[in-house]
Amino acid sequence: MATVKFDEATRLYPGNDKPSVDKLNIDIEDGEFLVLVGPSGCGKSTSLRMLAGLEEVNAGKIWIGDRDVTNLSPKDRDVAMVFQNYALYPHMTVADNMGFALKIAGVDKGEIRKRVEEAAKILDLSAYLERKPKALSGGQRQRVAMGRAIVRSPQVFLMDEPLSNLDAKLRVQTRTQIASLQRRLGVTTVYVTHDQVEAMTMGDRVAVLKDGILQQCDSPRHMYDHPNNVFVAGFIGSPAMNLLEVESTDGGVIVGDSTVAIERDRLAGASGKGLTLGVRPEDLELRTDGHGIAVTVDVVEELGADAYIYGSTKAAQHVDEDDSDAPEKPFIARVDGRNPPAKGETVYLAPKVGHVHLFDAQSGLRLGD
Amino acid sequence: MALQITAARPDPALLDLPWELPLETWPEEHLAALPRGISRHVVRFVKLSGRVLAVKEIKADIAVREYQMLRMLGRLDLPCVVPFGVVSGREATGGSPLDACLITRHLQFSLPYRALFSQSLRPDTSTRLIDALAVLLVRLHLIGFWWGDVSLSNTLFRRDAGAFAAYLVDAETGELHQSLTSGQRDHDLEIARVNIAGELMDLEAGGFLEAGVDPVDTSNRIVTRYAELWDELTGVQRFESGDRWRVDERIRRLNELGFDVDELAISTDIGGTTIQIQPKVVDAGHHSRRLLRLTGLDVEENQARRLLNDLDSYRAGSDRQNDDEEIVAHDWLAKIYEPITRTVPRDLAGKLEPAELFHEVLEHRWYLSERAGHDMPIEDAIRDYVSTVLPSKPDEATVVGVDTVEMPVVAMFDDTGDAPRPTPRR
Repeated sequence: MATVKFDEATRLYPGNDKPSVDKLNIDIEDGEFLVLVGPSGCGKSTSLRMLAGLEEVNAGKIWIGDRDVTNLSPKDRDVAMVFQNYALYPHMTVADNMGFALKIAGVDKGEIRKRVEEAAKILDLSAYLERKPKALSGGQRQRVAMGRAIVRSPQVFLMDEPLSNLDAKLRVQTRTQIASLQRRLGVTTVYVTHDQVEAMTMGDRVAVLKDGILQQCDSPRHMYDHPNNVFVAGFIGSPAMNLLEVESTDGGVIVGDSTVAIERDRLAGASGKGLTLGVRPEDLELRTDGHGIAVTVDVVEELGADAYIYGSTKAAQHVDEDDSDAPEKPFIARVDGRNPPAKGETVYLAPKVGHVHLFDAQSGLRLGD
Repeated sequence: MALQITAARPDPALLDLPWELPLETWPEEHLAALPRGISRHVVRFVKLSGRVLAVKEIKADIAVREYQMLRMLGRLDLPCVVPFGVVSGREATGGSPLDACLITRHLQFSLPYRALFSQSLRPDTSTRLIDALAVLLVRLHLIGFWWGDVSLSNTLFRRDAGAFAAYLVDAETGELHQSLTSGQRDHDLEIARVNIAGELMDLEAGGFLEAGVDPVDTSNRIVTRYAELWDELTGVQRFESGDRWRVDERIRRLNELGFDVDELAISTDIGGTTIQIQPKVVDAGHHSRRLLRLTGLDVEENQARRLLNDLDSYRAGSDRQNDDEEIVAHDWLAKIYEPITRTVPRDLAGKLEPAELFHEVLEHRWYLSERAGHDMPIEDAIRDYVSTVLPSKPDEATVVGVDTVEMPVVAMFDDTGDAPRPTPRR
């Protein structure tokens, strides 16, 4: 059991002039499940590896509990990289497969047995301890491999994209299993993924990184409702938030041919007239009066109760400066599944009152709470 | 989606393989009649245009990545299996997508560690395997390759004049960096230590391990052997400026270990009283490169050392020390090496590689000479060897595993399918 602290932790690769992880500060609580997420090259894996001891920390410190581990060798950190090597040995029993690493570490037999039995109980493997792995199902074998990490009772579990080689259906199943297992064990866990859905469904808290810089570290709910900046707003949520470049006017912003009312003190924080307005697809309403954002429907995705429409609009869409040659993103709205508009139709949409996100177009930072 | 084949030199016969079937269910007619080892993924060995290929079913992005990584390692002249291609866009007959396949060439005369333990072998097999793996790991680390899954199962071994040469088989978890941090090297070593101990304990549980071998002690050897070699290859050495012979000595010691020094950093302190040297770039294959240059033979390092020794004694024995080395080597090749290795009848050619056979014949000659009390000609030694020793050796040209349980872990936590499918035995 331990807390983990990244304290201004920085990794600068030799020959680079920009750090791959830049002054990272995160305090992870004892027993917490923290997910590091971001697009490729954002520094999430590097951060995890700095904690594991695989990457040097060029500045700042990393703490596990009250130990400064910044310069410790990986094996002295009491962390376990889970799912990395899960070979099972066919001639050894399930119990031996789970406990052999303890034998290498010189733990005495009675203690090994005790820890193996405890882990087996948590993993529902008690009945299989004396069997050989070939008598187990795929899922049970995987749990044996997990047991190998659990019996070591490390202070922190580290997982680097453990589901990346599974197909979509298994990923969903497995991520729930890992999350519930982690909660039962109560071991502090740091988990890396590029998939924001995985991050949101698994983490107690989610840390979003971009270009080596922490953008936001928050609970999934709070991050969804209060993204700190345009990047987090566009990255978190599926389908993604609609982001429009708008101008402020007296008491609101101009969207399409109408004005969306915004509290004056929220607008007061802006550095200029240019703003980015964010609306999640579920926060849009169809208007029948022909006003609002005109959207031509390209695709209708019917999900039963709801439908999503994907369309194009003349309103100026926000473009990520790093991604400027990406194809134009569709404008997305959730509508009533029983009565969706037809493909090719032009609909008028307006944000629901009180459900818009506002960002300064220059700094990208959130305006208001 | 259309089937896509990525390969440097694609073989049209690839199209005849049943890509629309999951690899697990491929019919026997396509498979090389060879047993398999443990693998995390489904792996099959297939016959194609007269050669044996290993086919591994994995997700397309991982397959492509591993294919490129293996090509890169090959270009860097590291001992690893040679990638053949990637087949992606596979679809089952009903239209449902299948995982991609990574294809590698089977490394001739290579042996998985399990096959070595299932033969009756010399007593110190496990330590010799670990020594070979330590050399491989050091070489990979010197280049900046972090393996991530070091184990005996992910390595193939080729006989090398009584010792072994190790080849990397699985680069799935590997990463190529500018250089490795000591944390990355430590982590690889720790993974190696734990995996080797597990693999040896498994052999022990199956009754295959030599008596008296302790899996934990043996696995610790990877750490000490690695550290010794790493220090020798990269360590800083300081001495008085009068002791310059130490520079030569260091280079000779590295040559002895099978490495050439491409770059050596030499610096002195301000007063010039002490000198500091550190090898910056070292290249494995000191002896095998020299042999290749002299004779065109491409063999393992220890085999090359052995052959070069024989070449040296040929040169001394025929009193040609003053002749050009290349010319003597050419004669040795034509008069000694080739006639000897060609003596082996065709049906016994799959037992040992020619260079390993030559080494064995030299050993055999030594025994015969000792027994006879005088030098035996090599021609007599090969005759005796072919009739008394070679026939009882196992065929090793295309061994790909021993008949053991194969355990792909393809699903995680799927509590639905409980009974595992029986492993097909052939």
